Parts: sequence; C-alpha cells; structure tokens
Amino acid sequence: MTDTALHPQGSMSPFQAHDHEHHHDADHKPAFFARWFMSTNHKDIGTLYLIFAIVAGIIGGAISGLMRAELAHPGIQYLGTWASMIHGGEQSLDQSLHLWNVLITAHGLIMVFFMVMPAMIGGFGNWFVPIMIGAPDMAFPRMNNISFWLLIPAFTLLLASPFVGGGAGTGWTIYAPLSTYGEPGPSVDMAILSLHLAGASSILGAINFITTIFNMRAPGMTLHKMPLFVWSVLVTAFLLLLALPVLAAAITMLLTDRNFGTTFFDPAGGGDPVLFQHLFWFFGHPEVYIMILPGFGMVSQIIATFSRKPVFGYLGMAYAMVAIGVVGFVVWAHHMFATGLSVNTKMYFTAATMVIAVPTGIKIFSWIATMWGGSLRFPTPMVWAIGFIFMFTVGGVTGVVLANGGVDDYMQDTYYVVAHFHYVLSLGAVFALFAGFYYWFPKMSGKMYNEFLGQLHFWVFFVGVNVLFFPMHFLGLQGMPRRYPDYPDAYSTWNAMASHGYEIMAAGMAIFFVNLIWSLLAGKKAPDNPWGEGATTLEWTLSSPPPFHQFETLPVIDGGKDH
Amino acid sequence: MRMGMMGLKGIVIAAGLAVAGLSAAVQAAPAPQAAAPTVQGTTPGQQAAAAPGNVANIAPTTASATPPADAASPALAMDGAPAMSSAEVNKAGPDGRNIGRPTDGMFDIQPQVTRNGQFAYWFHNKILFPLITIISLFVLALLIWVVIRFRQAANPVPSKTSHNTAIEVIWTLAPVAILVAIAIPSIGLLQAQFKPAPAGAVTLKAIGNQWYWTYQYPDNGGFEITANMLKEKDQVAAGERFRTDADGPRLLAADNRVVLPVGVPIRLITTSNDVIHSWAIPAFWMKLDAIPGRLNESSFTIERPGLYFGQCSELCGPRHAFMPIAVEAVPPAQFAAWVRAKGGTMPGRNADGTAKSSSKVIPQPGADANPTEKAGEFVTPPAGLDPATKPLPATPQGATNNRTGAGNAGM
Repeated sequence: MTDTALHPQGSMSPFQAHDHEHHHDADHKPAFFARWFMSTNHKDIGTLYLIFAIVAGIIGGAISGLMRAELAHPGIQYLGTWASMIHGGEQSLDQSLHLWNVLITAHGLIMVFFMVMPAMIGGFGNWFVPIMIGAPDMAFPRMNNISFWLLIPAFTLLLASPFVGGGAGTGWTIYAPLSTYGEPGPSVDMAILSLHLAGASSILGAINFITTIFNMRAPGMTLHKMPLFVWSVLVTAFLLLLALPVLAAAITMLLTDRNFGTTFFDPAGGGDPVLFQHLFWFFGHPEVYIMILPGFGMVSQIIATFSRKPVFGYLGMAYAMVAIGVVGFVVWAHHMFATGLSVNTKMYFTAATMVIAVPTGIKIFSWIATMWGGSLRFPTPMVWAIGFIFMFTVGGVTGVVLANGGVDDYMQDTYYVVAHFHYVLSLGAVFALFAGFYYWFPKMSGKMYNEFLGQLHFWVFFVGVNVLFFPMHFLGLQGMPRRYPDYPDAYSTWNAMASHGYEIMAAGMAIFFVNLIWSLLAGKKAPDNPWGEGATTLEWTLSSPPPFHQFETLPVIDGGKDH
Repeated sequence: MRMGMMGLKGIVIAAGLAVAGLSAAVQAAPAPQAAAPTVQGTTPGQQAAAAPGNVANIAPTTASATPPADAASPALAMDGAPAMSSAEVNKAGPDGRNIGRPTDGMFDIQPQVTRNGQFAYWFHNKILFPLITIISLFVLALLIWVVIRFRQAANPVPSKTSHNTAIEVIWTLAPVAILVAIAIPSIGLLQAQFKPAPAGAVTLKAIGNQWYWTYQYPDNGGFEITANMLKEKDQVAAGERFRTDADGPRLLAADNRVVLPVGVPIRLITTSNDVIHSWAIPAFWMKLDAIPGRLNESSFTIERPGLYFGQCSELCGPRHAFMPIAVEAVPPAQFAAWVRAKGGTMPGRNADGTAKSSSKVIPQPGADANPTEKAGEFVTPPAGLDPATKPLPATPQGATNNRTGAGNAGM
C-alpha cells in the first residue's frame, strides 16, 4: 500500500489520465433530481450519507443537550414543559418522566444507527473504498442507492414515533419485557421497524462492500497491499453481515411478542427475557466495533500521511482488526454481568473480553511507532487523529476495568459505563470522523477548509468533551445509575460540571459548522494532493473533487512487495 | 487462610507487573486487608463523634424527635425511618466520605461494608486503577515525546522503518502478561462472590415492581414488606408522610426499610412481577437483576451496622429513578425482635435473643406516641398469597402508593 507506486496503464501519469477523462463521459453528470435522488454514483451516495449523518448528528446532539440541561441540577426542571410541548396540554408525572426515557432512547439509536454508521461506512466507505482499490464504482450501484434511501424511512419512523404514541422509552437496548408488555402503543413498533429498515440498509451495504473489495481491486492491488482503511471497512462489512441478521431476528420476535401473542421473551408463556439480551448483545457487541473499526482505518491513513512514513507493522494492523472482529463475536455477555450468569460463564466472558485489549494495544502502539522516526506535521486531521489515539486509550483502559465480571457487580449500569462508552465513541469514533472529514474534505469538495478554525474546533471540542465525560467516571464510582432523569443531591457537583462541558462542546461544534459553510462558499481551491508526499493512496492521484467517473482506465499497482 | 491466599495473589500480581516493566505498580499491591476501607471497627456512635461538624445532615424534624440511634438497643430497630436516623448514622466519616450513600464531589468508590466488597474495592483501587492510570499516562508520554522529537522541524527526513518484529512481539506479549495478572484476582473475586450462602443464612427475597420493591423473608415466616420512595414535603398532601433527613437523602429514602442482621450471611434472591429491575447497594458491592420468571441468587454479609442506600439499576419505565433500596443493618438480636414485631418467626437457633426482646414493642413508621396499641395493625400476615395478585399493602401514611401517579413537585 503505502510503498507501492502507481502506474496507470500506458505511459501516462495519473494526472494525464484524469485529464483525459475530464473531457469525455467522466464528468457527464445527470440533472439534479436524477443525480441526487436516483444516484448510482458511489461518490454522490457517499455525499448523501455524509449529509444525512450530519443532520442526524445535529438532532442526536441536540437531544443530548436537552438531557444535559435536565441533569445540570438535581430535581426535575424541564421534562414537564417539554412533554407538554410535544403532546399538548398538561402532562402527568409519568408522561414527563417517560419523555426522559424517550430522549435517551432516541439519542442512543440516532447516534449509533443514523450518525456514526452512515458517516463511517456509508459516507467515507462509499467515497473512498472504490477509489482506494482503483475501482470505478461499487459493485452494485443500484443496491448502493437503496441502501441509502432505506435510511430515510427508517429515520422518519424513529423521529415520528414520539408524536404517534408516547415515544419509545425502552433505551436503545430495547430490553424485553419493558419493550413488550411494558410499553403498549405504536411507538415501540415504529422504533422496531425503524431498526429493521436501518439494519436492512446496512446488510445491503455490507454485501456491496465485500463484493467490491473482493472483486474490483485494480490489477496488482493484492489484499496485502490494500490501504488499511479498506481493510477496516472489509472487516466492518463482515461484522455487519453476521451481526445484523441476529438483531433482525431478535426484534422480529419482539414484534410478534408485542402484536401476535407469541411469548419468546415472556416467562408466562415459557419464554425468557434474558434470551433477548443474549440475542441483542450478540449483535450489540460487534456493533460497537462496527462503529470504531473504520475509525481505526482512517486514523491509520492520516497518521501515515502526516508522518511521511508507511504505517508501522501493516500486517499486524490489518490482522489486529480481523482479530478484534472475530473476538468481538464471543464476548457479548459482558454486557449482562448482573443478569445472574453462572460463575463459569462470568469467568469465561471476563477472560475473553480482556483478550480484546491485546489487538487494541497492538494498534495503539503501532500508530505511535508509525509516528516514531517520522517527519510530523500537524494540520487539523493529524491533530484529531492524535487526539483520537489518546482518548481511545482512556476509553479502552476503563473497558479493561469493566471487563472484570466481579467488578461489574458495582459498575454495571452506572455512569462509569456511560463514561467508558462515550470515551470510545464520542471521543473515539467521533474524533476519527472529524479527522477523516478534515482529511478528505479537500478531496470531496475541491475546497480547502480553514486551518485556524479547524484547529480551534479541535481544541474547544477536546476540552468540552473531556469536561463533559470525565466527571462521569466519578459519578459511576459513587454509584450513580444510568438513565436517571433525577439523582440524589450528592451527585450534583459532577453533573453540573458535565453540563458545562456540553456547553463548551456545543461551542466547538458551532466552530465546525462555521468552518464547513465558510469553506464550501469561500474556501481556497484544493490541489489534487494537499498533503504532500506522505499521502500515497490512490485518491490523491485524482483531481479534487474527483471526476464523476474515475478510473475508466484501471490503474495498475506494482512496485513494492506484499507486506 | 483467605488472607494468605490473597497475599499470594498480590505477589503474583506484582510479579506480573514487574514483567511488564511497570514496577512502579508493585508498591500499589499490598495485602488487601491493609488497604480495605477501615469501616468495620467504627461503630456508628463513634462515627458520629468523629464528625460532629456535619450539621447539615442533622436538621431536626418532627420525625427525628427520637434520640440519636443507639444501634445496640433492640427497641430502636425497625423498618420505619426515624429509629435509626440517617442524619446520625450516615454521617460522613473522618475522611469526609459517607458510608452507605454517595458523597458529593468524591472521586472514589463508596466505602465497602462486606468482605467481597472490600476485596473488590482493593482490586479496583490498588490494581486496576493504578494500572490504567499508568497505561494512559504512558501512552500520553509517548505521544508527547514523538510529537516533540519527530516534528518536521526537528526531524526533516523521515525514517523508512515499517517493521520491527521484536518490538511487535513485545507489545503483544506485555499486555498479555498484564491481563493475566489482572485475571488472577479477578477470577478470585468471582469465586468469592459466587460462594453460596451457608446453612443458617437469612434469606431476603427482593421483588421488583413498577416502581417499588417488595421484600419477603421466606425463612422467617414469609412476611412481606413494601418499600416506596418517600417524597419531599412539598410533593405530598397535608398530613401525609414525607421524607425527613432522618429517613435518608432525597430519592434514596424509603418508607419501609429492609432490616438485615449484621455479621450473618444474607442470601439474596431477586425476581420481578413485571419488567426487569435491578437490586443494587453500592456499599455491599451488590447488583443483581430482578427478572420476571427467574430467581437470581447471591449472598453477602454486612459487617457494620448502619443504613445503606441503593437504587434500581435496570431501566424499568418512567419512575425508574424513584424506587430506592434502603437497608437497615442491625445486630442479630435486634433483627430477631424486628422479625417478631412483623409477625414473623426466627429459626430456633436464635430463640434466646428473640424471646428476650419479644415483649418489646417496635415503633412503626409514622406511628404515634403510643405504638403499643397500634403495632398489631402493621403485622403483615404470613404470606401464602400470590404476590402478583395480592392487593398492594397500603403504606400507612399513604406517602407513595404506586400506580396512582401522584406526581413530584414541578411536574
């Protein structure tokens, strides 16, 4: 990969090659409606995914703002007002408190299914996997289109559910029996259908990526020469393909329990609520790797680029991701340590969970070793990537604490867990998303972002999320349970600090949007490769933005041995 | 025996850490008993004496008109609040940490009053926490070093190194060694937690309901008590019972406390009548889901009299945050007296203690000045009724009856 040289067929340089393309079909774009609503072009679909993820991120982030406002002080301050705004009229206590559960459910589902996944896999995956392997497009362009458009009704169903029933207040984990006989009304059914559609979208996307990566690599692009981002999307696609059908089965059983009198999860009919948790987390644990693995890939590209060095230990990096993916399927019950598992089960899941720290450690150390001896520059994407490494480490080590089944008799369902998964997701995955966004923004838009605003965005956001999430460790250690709209007064100090952290983070996001709009309107024109000789993957050989159809003449990758 | 075992583990862990090149952590792994929170030796009375300055928690109210609790007096043991006053018993210790409930602005885990809790507390505070801190700082130091040392100005020509098998093997095996070192006490903790309660243990059955707990003592005649959250003064109608500081902190105080004996193994059984709840007391290092159709079992031994508060820890619907768990741990004789007052029975082995105190009348929550005449009203007949179909036992004060949905203030 990084030490391969690019030789398009014939004697043309890549730049001549796309010059040539420019004047033929390559830039023949369909009219607006056909281009954006009937798109089969991987870059346009990637753009749609990114726009969708940004919109969903704004909504999900605004919901977390509501949550932090309510939690800023002990007592119930705003929920009653908000419930009246949504449903009209005076709302009872339980309806107000139910709104809290609707908010936490919506925040979780939106951030997981409609922000991180569409941005990482649908957005950056669609944009850059075909280009990085030298393919003209995805293997199944029309399926790619339906993958995206399934998300629209899915998101609509979820957003509409609070206005049709009382809203789904089950938590994103939709545990039975709270999600079966615990919550009648259409809202939970709509949320379940929303997950069905989003899951179908992801399964189709996963099939598309696997097919593309296995069959459409340019001549000479062996698996062991693929950029690590492509590796990460390949592993992610396999996780999606294997995990999401299990979720689909579990939530279908929920639907039939709710509506058709089955009792899969109802002990009154011989079912078992814990069965749902096993099925859910058999999906749910790979899901957390689905959210972070493409981030690993992006960070690897960015670190190598700005170190002007090939990735250290390429094979170890690639197979560490494979190992994380494989082991990720056999650790699910560590989410269920308080459900009354047997001692042997708890011991197994404790040990298996700890194993994941090994490949994760390999990745952390390899990123540092990539920088070691390099010639480092620190434009915005690199700063985000370095921030990712440290913040993901902090989130990772608390994962080692939580891996211990005996410790979880205290930690389970406390804010310590909330702190942990926000460090790996809100400071891990989201940092990787911003790193990738700044890294590829010039390529995607043809405009340079504003460097000062990018750096400012990083530092404000970095301070904000740490002030927001670090005190949650202390809340968890003092025993504060998750998913509480009100808390004993002894948790006031850290909750107040966390809410201030949200304000700082929101200011950081405002900087991001200013930068985004300014760059799109008035940004400098981006060169084909703004990052210099460290940027060795194929997208930097194309124009910025790339032609509507790239690689009409397939590039040939040679030079450089397999790793 | 057990101490020796854990001391050995400490040595093994220390060796593992040394292998990993983290010898600094060796100092952080002393024998567990030395590091365990020093709560057992302190009686509540001593604690109160040790921290007289904590005035905020002692706000006298009508309900706390009873004299400061003397945990040794059986007459004061009851499920109702004011006997063992939260304001007195749960005063912060000398180090500023509350026992049995959270402390504001604190960084640490709540003090532990069970053996397993103390073991786990040691495991977290002396092994896991130093370890993850060192690892995080190590990674941070490496990052800072490479950022400074290998910035473009300092190192204009990048090296071409992309492999080094030796170092890759090291950074694979070193974490393995660290994890093995963690796994040894971790497995030991699990073993200790799963040790079944011995014969003669007191059985407590905690049943989750939306949104309150019912408790049964199947070995003590099967009487049942119902625990609702106590609301604030401005949230209840005039004349209804409301929370006072003697009952406990806001959102943590319950109208009826679970009374359990100190020093006697407790067998905890949890189940639920509706959705999944989770019975949790942080000071016991205890969290066990209450799942409909299942009986989950665990055990613990409380080593110190006092009041211990916890909260439902599995999302169970709108009032998930409002079904606290309040445990009053008392000496066995006092427990026996309480059981008698509840209409329950003690197994024969405790006959001496119970016989002596059976004539004493236990004041009930909200009871008036002459509880003798009213005590009978509160004796729950031994069960035999299906808890799912039985009408809810109304709390005497009507403070927080369930499903009727009188609200919190401001709602």
